[in-house]
Formats: sequence, C-alpha cells, structure tokens
Amino acid sequence: MIRSLGRTALGLVYEWGDWTVFSFGAFAGFLRQRRRRHKLVTAIHEIGGRCVPIVLTVGLFTGLVMGLQLYYTLARLGAEAALGDAVGLSLVRELGPVLTALMIVGQSGSAMTSELGFQRNDEQIDALQTMGIDAKSFLVGPRLWAALFCFPALTALFDLIGVFGGYLTGSVLLNVDAGVYWNHVFNSITWADVRGGFIKAVCFGALTISICSYRGFYTHLKSSLRGVRGVSESATRGVVFSSVTVLAADYLITSFLI
Amino acid sequence: MSESFLQIRGLKKHFGTKRVLDGIDLDIARASVTTIIGKSGIGKSVFLKCIANLMAPDAGEILLDGVSMGSNRRAADQSEGFTFSYMFQNNALFDSLTAFENVALPLREVVGLPTEAVAERVTELLEQLDLGEAGSRYPAELSGGMQKRVALARALVTNPEVVLFDEPTTGLDPERKFGVFDMISDYRERFGFTALLVSHDIPEVFEISDKVAWLDEGKIRFFGDPSELAADSPRSWSGLLQSSESVEKS
Repeated sequence: MIRSLGRTALGLVYEWGDWTVFSFGAFAGFLRQRRRRHKLVTAIHEIGGRCVPIVLTVGLFTGLVMGLQLYYTLARLGAEAALGDAVGLSLVRELGPVLTALMIVGQSGSAMTSELGFQRNDEQIDALQTMGIDAKSFLVGPRLWAALFCFPALTALFDLIGVFGGYLTGSVLLNVDAGVYWNHVFNSITWADVRGGFIKAVCFGALTISICSYRGFYTHLKSSLRGVRGVSESATRGVVFSSVTVLAADYLITSFLI
Repeated sequence: MSESFLQIRGLKKHFGTKRVLDGIDLDIARASVTTIIGKSGIGKSVFLKCIANLMAPDAGEILLDGVSMGSNRRAADQSEGFTFSYMFQNNALFDSLTAFENVALPLREVVGLPTEAVAERVTELLEQLDLGEAGSRYPAELSGGMQKRVALARALVTNPEVVLFDEPTTGLDPERKFGVFDMISDYRERFGFTALLVSHDIPEVFEISDKVAWLDEGKIRFFGDPSELAADSPRSWSGLLQSSESVEKS
C-alpha cells in the first residue's frame, strides 16, 4: 500500500512538472511564432467572443438571484439599503471571477480539449512537427496569451451585468431606491476589490486553459481509452480538473488577498 | 540510381518487451521509389516515423548523403528546401484551413516567405497538381482523391529531398489507388524527390517501385527489385499476399 501510495505521489509530481514545462514552453514559444497578431485575434475570438452570450446570461441571472436572496436576508436586519454593497462586493470579489472561469471552461475549455485531442488522433499535430512547426507554441501558445486578456474582460462583463441584475430585482421588483442601490454599489467597491478580481481572473485563465490544452494535446498518453472515446474522456477530465483547480486556486488567492 | 542517398544503419525500436525494429540497415538511392511491405502491425509505420523524427529510435543512425541527421531534420536553410516531408495515412489536413492555407502553412510558419511569394508558389503547385479550383475549399468539401493531392502538395511545397508516404491508398477504391500510385510516380519524376512508401497494396504498388523492402520480425527480410521478390521465397511471399488481402477486407 505504501509502495502504491508512493508511486501515485511520484506520478502526480511528474505530471505537474510535465504540465508546467508544457505550459511555459507553449507560452514562451508563442513569442517566436510568426503571424502572432492573427493567431492571437483568432484565439481571443475562440475563447472570448464565443463566451460572451453565456457569460452575460449567467451573469444576469446570478445578479437577479442574489438581489432576491440578499434582499430578504438584509430585510430581516432592517438593512435593505445595503443591498448594493452585498451584491457588488460578492460579485466583484468572488462570484464574478469564479463563475466566469467555470463558464469559459464549460464553453471553450471543453471544445479546446476535444479539438486538440482530435488533432492528435488525426495526426495533425505530427504533421506540424514534420513541417518543422512547434505544435505546442502554434496550437496552445495563442490560447494561453488570449486567456490572459479574455478572462478579466469577461469577468468585468459578468460583474457589470450581475450588478445590473441585482438592481432589477432590488430596485425595480422590490422597491429599494435606485439611487441608494447604485450609491452603495459605487461606494462599497474599491479599486483593490476590482484588482483582486482581475488577479483571480488572470490566474484562472492561465490555469484552466493550460490544463485543458495539456489534456487534449496529450490525449494519446493521458487517456486510458483510444479514438473518439479517448478524446471524450480527455475533455471530461480537462473540464473537471480545471473546475476543481479554479475553486482551489480561489481559496488560495483569496487567503493571500484578504 | 545505384548511389546510396539515404542510409539507415542499425535502427532499433521496441515497445515494452516487443522488439519492433531490430537493427534495420537500408540503402536508398536518390530519386528512387522504395516500398516497405510487411504484415499489418509489423512496424512499417514505426520505421517511417523513426526516419521522420516523429518517434525516437532506441538505437541506430540515419544518414543523408553520408551525413548523420541526428535529431535535427530541418535543412540548415529552410528557404532552400526541407529534408523530409511526410504524407500521412489520413492526410492530416487542417479542417479549419482551406486547401490553399493548408499547402501554404509550412511556407508561412517556418520559411516566412512574403505573402506574394507564398501565393505564387502555392498557386503554381496547386495548378501542377490539378487543384487550381480547389484552393478556396475546405478539406471536408473535397473528394478523397483531391484531399490526397492537397496533402501531397503540402508535402512538396517545401521542396523536400525525401517524401515519406504512410499507406497513401488506405480507404480508396481500386481505381483511385492506381490514381494515387500514378500520382506519386508522376510527381516523383517531375519534382525529383526520393520516395519511401509504406503500402499494403501488393502487388499493385510494385509497378511504381524501384526497390522493395520486406519488413518481417524487426528485420529486412528482402531488399531488391520487385521482380526478384516472388522468386526469392515463394512460400513466404504467398503468405504476405494473403496478409495483404486480409488487411483489405478488414
């Protein structure tokens, strides 16, 4: 049992090391690529553009639900006026970065893992190698750089639409004065809160996109199954590992920021 | 044609306890077509991938014109042309790129030619391969034969010295198979590359082969003219033919 435990631990350390080398290699390798702007714009569209509708939808409903739940909680304490503070701070500090990252992982991360897995099985990655193209830098590098831009941008969108959702429930539906709501939102949220949210978004972006890319790129080595089922397994694991990593990293970063 | 251009010396590769390549030695002449034959799963593609540097051999050396290739298979100056190109069994074309973009990929990403020069070279090559009107279409919009030609165009666009073909006729009907063989033979004469081919299509592939290498149990069991093969060991030869037929049926 101890031997098995040791073997598993060594395997994990090896995999983390391999993943780190893979991610830094792809990230740095992108700077040596040709036509970087074209690749970056394509990756931003793939990760960011496609996720705008889902981020806006989830952000709005999150804000609506928060407005509802927090209003009745605060009403018990006679502090309905603080609804703007509660909604704004919860979104900017925690829910915005975390839920945005989870949405992007669900939408773009899984697609990315599947695409890379398919490219691996179809020998497209080998084809790049025979052409003398560094496949990691070519396929993964632009996505990692795009993630650093897309995650904070989408988090900002999520925060804005979420705060607006809180206003719809609190002020339009439950009659909290609109001026009071917005005044509390603007007065409670500081630049430190916004900066903290963006730091989280950047970290989540780098972690999740590199995990999803790694699982897809090495689907032939990391998956126990072959072919389409192997790609499906890689996509599932990529999404699960990324989601768990987001939550664990959120706790760690929050404990440093507070 | 007798001059040895590509030399393979003592190439070994094993997976676990299975020894797939057990000290392969082979001399391939310049601008020739050499076909690797053998039973399914015997290691023909592994052999090709070791040459293309897609797989690291356990031991052995690959020499080009007497110079060891090491692990760097790119020509010193890539604008002058690549050393090796590889045409994959399933073509390995990028679905999100048009036929033109697929062919232009190595020129844009590695050679770094100006846009006009890339367009000129790719257009010329597509026309030479009768793909003039297919340039703007995506791989999914092309027939199987056209996809093969696009893959060949991509393999040839960098002016390689050696083109490796991994079962280029897989999944094609007999008529198209002959079409692909004619294409390889024709373009080899036109572009002057050295072709190393893995194929199950016995004896059809012999028509375009200058030499045949029979891989069996990790070793080259026969290397010579196709016409000599039948006379060399008739019993084993008929077994190989049966194995090729079973691959066809599967």
